[in-house]
Amino acid sequence: MSSGIRTMDSGIRFDSVSVAYGKSVVLDSLDLTVEPGEVMALLGPSGSGKTTALRAVAGFVRPVSGRVFIGGRDVTALPPHRRGIGMVVQQYALFPHLRVEENVAFGLKARKTARADIPGRVADALEMTGMAAYAKRYPRELSGGQQQRVAIARALAIRPGVLLLDEPLSALDAQLRSGMLAELARLHRELPDVSILYVTHDQVEALTLADRIAVMDRARLRDCGTPQELYRAPRTAFTASFVGNANLLPVSVGVGSVSLGGAEVKVDTSGVAAGVSATLCVRPHLVGLGPGPNSLSGTVTEVQWRGATHRVLASVAGHSVKADVRELREPPALGSAVTLHFAPEDAVLLAAGVSDE
Amino acid sequence: MLVHSRKGKWATWTVFFVLFLPLFALPLLVIVAASFAGHWSGAFPSDLTAEHYSAATRGESLQALTTSLLTALGASLIALAAGTWAALAAAALKRRGEGTSRLSRGCGRILDALFIMPVAVPSVVVGLAVLVAFSKPPVILNGTSTIVVLAHAILVTAFAYQSVSAAILRLDPAYEQAAASLGARPAYVLWRVKLPLLLPSLTAAAGLCFALSMGELSATMMLYPPDWTPLPVRIYAATDRGATFTGAALAVVLMGATLLVLFAVSRIRTRASYR
Repeated sequence: MSSGIRTMDSGIRFDSVSVAYGKSVVLDSLDLTVEPGEVMALLGPSGSGKTTALRAVAGFVRPVSGRVFIGGRDVTALPPHRRGIGMVVQQYALFPHLRVEENVAFGLKARKTARADIPGRVADALEMTGMAAYAKRYPRELSGGQQQRVAIARALAIRPGVLLLDEPLSALDAQLRSGMLAELARLHRELPDVSILYVTHDQVEALTLADRIAVMDRARLRDCGTPQELYRAPRTAFTASFVGNANLLPVSVGVGSVSLGGAEVKVDTSGVAAGVSATLCVRPHLVGLGPGPNSLSGTVTEVQWRGATHRVLASVAGHSVKADVRELREPPALGSAVTLHFAPEDAVLLAAGVSDE
Repeated sequence: MLVHSRKGKWATWTVFFVLFLPLFALPLLVIVAASFAGHWSGAFPSDLTAEHYSAATRGESLQALTTSLLTALGASLIALAAGTWAALAAAALKRRGEGTSRLSRGCGRILDALFIMPVAVPSVVVGLAVLVAFSKPPVILNGTSTIVVLAHAILVTAFAYQSVSAAILRLDPAYEQAAASLGARPAYVLWRVKLPLLLPSLTAAAGLCFALSMGELSATMMLYPPDWTPLPVRIYAATDRGATFTGAALAVVLMGATLLVLFAVSRIRTRASYR
């Protein structure tokens, strides 16, 4: 094991990795590459296979087929302790019988790092996560956020090339979460060589932190791209609804426009053949009230006040459309007629073949 | 208290005092009373004396106490080591079998069954089995103290195995996995993470084994050599020849010694529990 300053090899590659328990397939031939220094978010609902993918990198599940590479080295057959990874899990898993500094030193001692180097590296890791003042405490004496920082310090102390984060913020309350998100972004800037695989079901965490997002659903990779790509130009209906909660409306495609329950709507139809049915995708915050370039008329079915915004749900030609608008002085009454609009360039047309089954 | 109404509380306490206290506490109090009795013909003992105790803490009786303590210590240490080892092995086998391998899951189950056997089989049978097995070559232990310790160990290992198994089941695998991801080999994980976290359960198991061994009579009766007479055998012998009050004093000494050791063990346990 390297005990010098150099970090371990970075980068992760999944090569058709499948994991199954008996007959149920929980990860279906995943192909994905995380570049050295890249933050890749695995985003998906529970049961989508994202945690299984992370555990396959850590070595806690063995793929039934496919290979896993870390830093270009095939680690598929290696036990977890020989993979050179750092891992942080949702429930922290700090060793309750060891003090904070002993927890952070654990990996260094296990790897037989030179005894003289250990105190310095423990101090560095605690300094980096802002926990230096708590070195002598036991985990039970710390708050959830502090425990999470110690867990991160413990993972970073061994200077791994790959950092695996499994829902690291989901046990924290909302305010701590946004603080820790900023901390993680800072840590990544300080450790530019480390590849981070970040498993989450929270799209905000993924959009904020990731260089690229891999969207997973039902054991499969559905989409992969930069946050901007996935948000502005989703390629599948699942991505569109999971990332940003988009309106998805079935339309039939004409030339330069589509028809939504009889109403003509102007959108970019390039790439979709005329005459077929497709899905129109518009973000709720890009839908406005009142007449505009692309007007849709419907009836108000629900109005939710969310402080700074109102969410208006309207039924347009039998389909529910969400509109997030700035707080209204006089919100529309339920059952009243309403006109919604959106700009042609804010809508994305998904060909039916691309969208999910 | 889960009973909330005032009436309910009173009823619960009444049931406790009327049914449970006489059943569980009174016989023990009677033993203590008998150990001080010179005569006992009426409802209460008379001619109170401490003579039985001076007899119970001298000579052969004192030697029997030492014998019992040493036997229990040896048996519970063997049981703890063997039971913990087997419980760890069974847990690992069962976990490995979760995914695909039926074979290792089956082996885990066989270990379970094997270690429950001494509980299911009457201890007289275990005593006889040990006697028969070690009275002939190649290993002759008949008439040695070793055979008594061995029989006790066999009898109490089942309890160590069961309580450590239950504790392993409760142990969050996240600790083990966190340690492995940090680069710790399985042996390192065992010594530095799993055993320290299991320590409260291990001491509890040791205490249980110790108490059971201190009280073991039926298998011991078949095996004990003249120079290795544990206290329960002496209590039985005293009662058998009609010296009930001497037996009672010996019983109180046995009870006191066991409770003292259990108390000491529970102090260690309090210091070892982290939550």
